[in-house]
Amino acid sequence: MNRRANSRRRLLAGAAGAGALSVLGGIRRGLAAPVGGTAELGFAELPDGTLEEQHLFALPGKVPLIKKTYRPPNFETPLEYFRTQITPNNAFFVRYHLAAIPEVKAAEWSLAVGGDSAERELRFTLAQLRKELKPAEVTAVCQCSGNRRGLFEPHVPGVEWGVGAMGNALWRGVRLKDVLERAGVKAGALEVAFDGADHAPIEKTPDFVKSLPLEVAMDDNTLVAFEMNGEPLPHWNGFPARLVVPGWTGTYWVKQLISAKIISQPEKNFWMSTAYRLPRGLFKTPSFESQVAAANEPITTMVVNSLITSLRDGQRVPRGKPLDVKGLAWDGGAGIERVEVSTDGAAWHAATLGRYLGRYSFREFRLALPAREPGGMNVMARATSRSGETQAERLIFNPAGYHHNVIQRLYVEVV
Amino acid sequence: MRAALAAIFALVSAGGALAQEAKVQLKDGPGKDKAMQCGACHSLDYIPMNSRFLDKAGWTASVNKMINVFGAPIPKEDVETIAAYLAQNYGNAAQK
Repeated sequence: MNRRANSRRRLLAGAAGAGALSVLGGIRRGLAAPVGGTAELGFAELPDGTLEEQHLFALPGKVPLIKKTYRPPNFETPLEYFRTQITPNNAFFVRYHLAAIPEVKAAEWSLAVGGDSAERELRFTLAQLRKELKPAEVTAVCQCSGNRRGLFEPHVPGVEWGVGAMGNALWRGVRLKDVLERAGVKAGALEVAFDGADHAPIEKTPDFVKSLPLEVAMDDNTLVAFEMNGEPLPHWNGFPARLVVPGWTGTYWVKQLISAKIISQPEKNFWMSTAYRLPRGLFKTPSFESQVAAANEPITTMVVNSLITSLRDGQRVPRGKPLDVKGLAWDGGAGIERVEVSTDGAAWHAATLGRYLGRYSFREFRLALPAREPGGMNVMARATSRSGETQAERLIFNPAGYHHNVIQRLYVEVV
Repeated sequence: MRAALAAIFALVSAGGALAQEAKVQLKDGPGKDKAMQCGACHSLDYIPMNSRFLDKAGWTASVNKMINVFGAPIPKEDVETIAAYLAQNYGNAAQK
């Protein structure tokens, strides 16, 4: 697809001017300007039906985001908001599975803690969490497991995300560990299961309940957060309190958190036992041991990835002026070791990394490439984590469309 | 009762999104009325979003998942009609 898109652009660029480009673009995509396409970022394109259907729409309290679906709301962050290391709250992506999303009032909210492996049952109000437990904060990327699913070839069904089902924020709240220790963790505790206030319009739909291994729930960086970038959480991102599980994919970051159960047996509901699974051993991410099945296992931490935000595929750049290659890199919590840029896939040049906001955060990268000779080149970026993991040369296909971290290739023409 | 209350909450929280959702129109064709049942649980934009790459077997699997896993209140006898409509209008062989 990259090659096809690039050769099409080269042909068009050679044969005609901007007029022909816009005419052909108009035929291919309908009359409205396409929003959130991924071919223009040098990736495989989204399904054509997705491109036709999606457009910008502002939910209450949000800037216009790329609408994937209205109900439940699934909205993607446009590229322009990834030019800084922190994603603004009002541009942060929105992802729900179930359409009945209550407006929770902070004063009426409480978190129930219990389960068969808890010493006692407790209930915390927001005021109690703030007053009785030590504050904690972490800067961390929240990325949907299915971010970039729409770039899969062949396409797989689901929410056809482009590159923007992710964001990075400073989360502040209390440690989940401190909450669980108040309830008392019995020997034999295996997982902690979490429920949010959202549910389905019909009773028969499995409620969205997720569990974490006990050791992840007890990790110092796992929070019950009620602030995001110094503000209360937006309604669409889990007000008044949500789980923050740095390094792990967004599916575990339960929004509008109302219950945490410390349990001695694996959580078996649909969202754990069937959904959010990968073929066993396909990726080198950690295993969620108590949930591993014969053929598959749950998705866990994010794979290393990067996004170039300063260029568009097919862009013409003036000769003699350095080409600014800028973007973001992130991973599942080892931290970014380096980002390299190449124009031939053979020689890779180390980019300068931006301010370090912790190992779970987006990390900016930047490199000025010389553009002395006229002609085309493919600009690529490749991030490597501190654990030595690097991005995929080719898509590691899996049926649910997770962990797309294929190296981006943007065709740029120096004129 | 819980479901009814939830529906009201959802209406409140969705704000202007619901008015927008009404603008999502499925293509006309035999079986469209049956396919509109999908709107009981989710907006109909899920259908065009997942096009055009599934064949009829793929759409049948999707509809069956909605019934068997998510409890969609769709009669079994409608599955064939809905899958045929989806394959015809939103399948990998459908014309734009």
